[in-house]
Amino acid sequence: MSGASTYVPKNPVLRWFESRLPIVGLVHSSFVVFPNPRNLNYFWTFGGILAFMLVCQIVTGVVLAMHYTPEATLAFASVEHIMRDVNYGWMLRYIHANGASMFFIAVYIHIARGMYYGSYKAPREVLWILGLIIFLLMMATAFMGYVLPWGQMSFWGAKVITSLFSAIPVVGDSITIWLWGGYSVGNATLNRFFSLHYLMPFMIAGVVGLHIWALHVPGSNNPVGVEVKSKKDTLPFHPYFTVKDGLALSCFMVFFAYFVFFIPNYLGHSDNYIEANPLVTPAHIVPEWYFLPYYAMLRAVPSKLGGVCALFGSILLLAFMPWLDTSRIRSSNFRPVYRVFLFIFFADVICLGYVGSQEPIGLFIPASEILTAWYFIHLLIITPALGFFETPRQLPASITEAVLGPRAVGGSGAFAAARTAASPSVDG
Amino acid sequence: MSTATANHGQDPAGGVTRRDMLFIATGAVGAVGIGTVAWPLLSQMSPDASTLALSSTEIDISKIEVGQIVTVKWRGNPVFVRHRTPKEIKEAEDTPLADLKDPQTDAQRVQKPEWLVVIGICTHLGCVPLGHDGPYDGWRCPCHGSVYDVSGRIRSGPAPLNLAVPTYSFLTDTKVKIG
Ligand code: HEM
Ligand code: FES
Repeated sequence: MSGASTYVPKNPVLRWFESRLPIVGLVHSSFVVFPNPRNLNYFWTFGGILAFMLVCQIVTGVVLAMHYTPEATLAFASVEHIMRDVNYGWMLRYIHANGASMFFIAVYIHIARGMYYGSYKAPREVLWILGLIIFLLMMATAFMGYVLPWGQMSFWGAKVITSLFSAIPVVGDSITIWLWGGYSVGNATLNRFFSLHYLMPFMIAGVVGLHIWALHVPGSNNPVGVEVKSKKDTLPFHPYFTVKDGLALSCFMVFFAYFVFFIPNYLGHSDNYIEANPLVTPAHIVPEWYFLPYYAMLRAVPSKLGGVCALFGSILLLAFMPWLDTSRIRSSNFRPVYRVFLFIFFADVICLGYVGSQEPIGLFIPASEILTAWYFIHLLIITPALGFFETPRQLPASITEAVLGPRAVGGSGAFAAARTAASPSVDG
Repeated sequence: MSTATANHGQDPAGGVTRRDMLFIATGAVGAVGIGTVAWPLLSQMSPDASTLALSSTEIDISKIEVGQIVTVKWRGNPVFVRHRTPKEIKEAEDTPLADLKDPQTDAQRVQKPEWLVVIGICTHLGCVPLGHDGPYDGWRCPCHGSVYDVSGRIRSGPAPLNLAVPTYSFLTDTKVKIG
């Protein structure tokens, strides 16, 4: 990764080891001396929080798997066994279940941060796309995990989501039967979902490695969106960002613990404490909260294939953000018009989530249609167009100037030159 | 090919060498090998022999009252057996084909007009529709609101197709075999 390692171990044994496998040096250059922009705000702590949540899910998940039985007639009872009989089983299960929600809260904030500060723009396109791959893998993992307790919501959620594939013309039905391993969601489905639910977090861990690798080539973006120009613009990762990430993580953990210990079922659905019954669909099926905006889009389009296309298209389009956004200014702080539209877009997604949680009747139907249309209009029309029409505000010449004011860096010829160099992009 | 001075088995005239031959042969064996293991790896996920073996169910329909719908399980899915009233039969038969999204006459969907046998899986995304519900008093799906008539035909909502009719036969007047 970029930034030559300054790590020279004093201990001869470590030196011997380092010359054979320079892994301590890699950690040292990536997480100790790594230069980060000095102006990063707390929105930049969610990457670390996400890494922690991934570890948390893997640890609690591996432990739960020691007591869980992936068999259709036993699965539901084995989860109750974990809740009632296994020492601290209730706690581990509640951590794992609420942990998934916390993981999604963090990833949504992390993605929104990237959209607001233009972190997807060159040279961070590959980083952004790797992030979206992680997001897709997370969704697949969370979906399969929710099937494992084999309650009514598990079963019917699995049925509806796997049936999305039946919308594919010609081969759709064969693909769904292949996915199920039967003519409906059943034991074969549960068994394979367990296997994949165990596998996918490790795939996520692999892609996170690539994500951080791709991050450490250009380094982090920052709230003003001006690239690092000199050493003065940065601070070493340790202790400045280790403590900042640590503080944010602690606060996040308090929030997380409140859910686990005081309202552990708040984000869940009571129907999932009824064992799966393939002959009766619950009166109102809803997915977990983090899928609600997509669920609303699926229902908004009054055609089966169209709804499925809207669902997948909404995520796929995000991968094209680096090219859909035609403005050269990264940070929305300097884009007065785009900023307003971006907040409307965030509100649109939240409203979609609310509509997705409601029964599709009355005003909720046109509302879901308008909100879905706006999602696509924002990404496909407004975002590309604003890059041409908007007049951005004056960018600071450097990160240091943004932090300390122009006088602190004034007089330096290098900075004056940088300011002139930056101005053409400011005027459009 | 290479212009290197040392000739590592390349034919200077540009013809086929031993290495080209080995390269193509290895590649071909590799491709066939990947193909032959990929197929079993994918095929193992399809319904297995024990699932395929459970493919028929027999039911006694003598206890089903006129107007009643009974749900039986076939291959893990619900099948609706509906004993239709004369009024329902008439409605189903009189529906103009132009009103239908997936046009089928009632006669194409039943063997005996009193008995409608359909798979109870919404053709949208697989929920179980609720009987005697919706504007046609056929079925209404609780998931995304698809509406089916008394012939199990899709009338409104996101589902694209009519409720499927399974293969079935009347063994006797009171016994039906599904599958
Ligand atoms: C398991 C999930 C993820 C983990 C563990 C993770 C981890 C990280 C970490 C540690 C950082 C550096 C710290 C920071 O800038 O916050 C980072 C940066 C970044 N991530 Fe992620 N990430 C995840 C998912 C995503 C997703 C889903 C996206 C977007 C679609 C994304 C986009 C980015 C971008 C664009 C950056 C660079 C941000 C910048 O420098 O401004 N990440 N990620
Ligand atoms: S599954 Fe029946 S309407 Fe969607």
